[in-house]
Amino acid sequence: MRNGMLNFALVLSFLASGAMPARAAGSEDDFKAAYAAADAANKEAGKLRNQWTTTANTLAAAKKAADAGDFDKATASAKEAEALAKASIFQATSEKTRWKEMEIR
Amino acid sequence: MKLRSAITLASAALVIAALTLAGALPSGAADKVDPVADAKAFRKFFTDKFPKVKLEDFVNGPYSMNEDLYRQWQEKEQFPPYEFSLEMGKEMFSKPFKNGKTYADCFPNGGIGVRQNYPVFDDKEGKVITLELALNRCREANGEAPYSYVRDEMAALTAYMAFTSRGKPMDIKIPDDPRALAAYENGKEYFYTRRGQLNFSCATCHVQSPGERIRAEVLAPALGIVNAMPIYRSEWSGMGTTSRRFTTCNSQIRGVPLSPQDDEYRNVEYYLSYVSNGLPISGPGARP
Amino acid sequence: MASTIRVRATSSGETTEVQALIQHPMDSGFVKDAKGEIIPAHFIQQLTFEYDGKNVFTADWGGGVSKDPYVKFAFKGGKKGDELKISWVDNKGATDTTTAKIQ
Repeated sequence: MRNGMLNFALVLSFLASGAMPARAAGSEDDFKAAYAAADAANKEAGKLRNQWTTTANTLAAAKKAADAGDFDKATASAKEAEALAKASIFQATSEKTRWKEMEIR
Repeated sequence: MKLRSAITLASAALVIAALTLAGALPSGAADKVDPVADAKAFRKFFTDKFPKVKLEDFVNGPYSMNEDLYRQWQEKEQFPPYEFSLEMGKEMFSKPFKNGKTYADCFPNGGIGVRQNYPVFDDKEGKVITLELALNRCREANGEAPYSYVRDEMAALTAYMAFTSRGKPMDIKIPDDPRALAAYENGKEYFYTRRGQLNFSCATCHVQSPGERIRAEVLAPALGIVNAMPIYRSEWSGMGTTSRRFTTCNSQIRGVPLSPQDDEYRNVEYYLSYVSNGLPISGPGARP
Repeated sequence: MASTIRVRATSSGETTEVQALIQHPMDSGFVKDAKGEIIPAHFIQQLTFEYDGKNVFTADWGGGVSKDPYVKFAFKGGKKGDELKISWVDNKGATDTTTAKIQ
């Protein structure tokens, strides 16, 4: 389980660093793009029957911040949600083979 | 000719891809599904880990893992908290539907002393049918609205049916049908697959850590874990079904739960029940 | 309608042990329902066990006691075949009472 956790941490940090555009402040367009990407990833996780509750919560927080006009916060939350969704996809795909390691034989 | 072979190849590829995605084919090339060997290994794992626990006592979950809990539970069993639900279940079970029929008409032996046979593989449908599913289908077939899978009425009905089977050994059958084997294997895969942000599988708690604590709770071993269902949980201040436990376990590890009676849940119940064959039905149960 | 009180009393010569399970929601008045509205307080305020015209056990409860409470206690005296009377009153003024023979 330790290895799995480290993997996710690596994936998360990798995704977080790679996904940021070089812009100072977030605009509504930035938010919309980030939210769409996060939502799409979460839907893909849904197809794999492996969505995380924290992904949904973070998406909701992003939307709430956007509704209040705080697009910096909203974009950041949306990007975090995308990272979470992608990690849940990674989990589902890697577990397809790794589950056997846990099996009692 | 070229077009036809191209289409055949494409369809074959699609079928293989679909089967692989659905998990119907085991991932290992040389692995053959052997439930008998699985069950033997499963039982041995737990009896080796807890040599002082009698085989039939594994169905008592955390109480067989901790002496103090066991003593408190024995006392409580004199006046068990599931008594009210059990009584309600008995009444509900014998009350006819609006069309005059009863639950007894839907089940073998009138539904009495049959709980240990569920989940059962239905060859017409090609899927596993759990007791909860069978009860709701009985309702719908007789013009009644289905009950929620996680709440009181379903818990009361399954409590009564479990009670009529108390002491009987779990007796799940896997017929010689590739679809039944696939359901069993799918259930096994679900059990060991890690999920949720906390990256836990069912096995993480119930195979790797039985007898140890998660926060304040003592973890139950996976062997015999479904035999006590449905349960009155002090944490819930009420009864809960197998469906309730599966969905809440999922959300506790931060995984969005599937819908009760989704294929994965039916299959994992099939797997868990099969590997606990021979252990007595102890339901309805009480848990912390 | 069936009583909300299940009771068993066993005499062992000098003392009688009593166990009781009472069906009651015991809502504290602090819990919200699925819609976000407070579930009103609804709990047993007093529970009494009477033997030979005297109260052998009285419980003064509040919202802190859990749903379907279980009580166990022992008192000096009590003979096999004698009756024990159990009653409760809740904050809505509802009551229930039952009697049980000491075994």
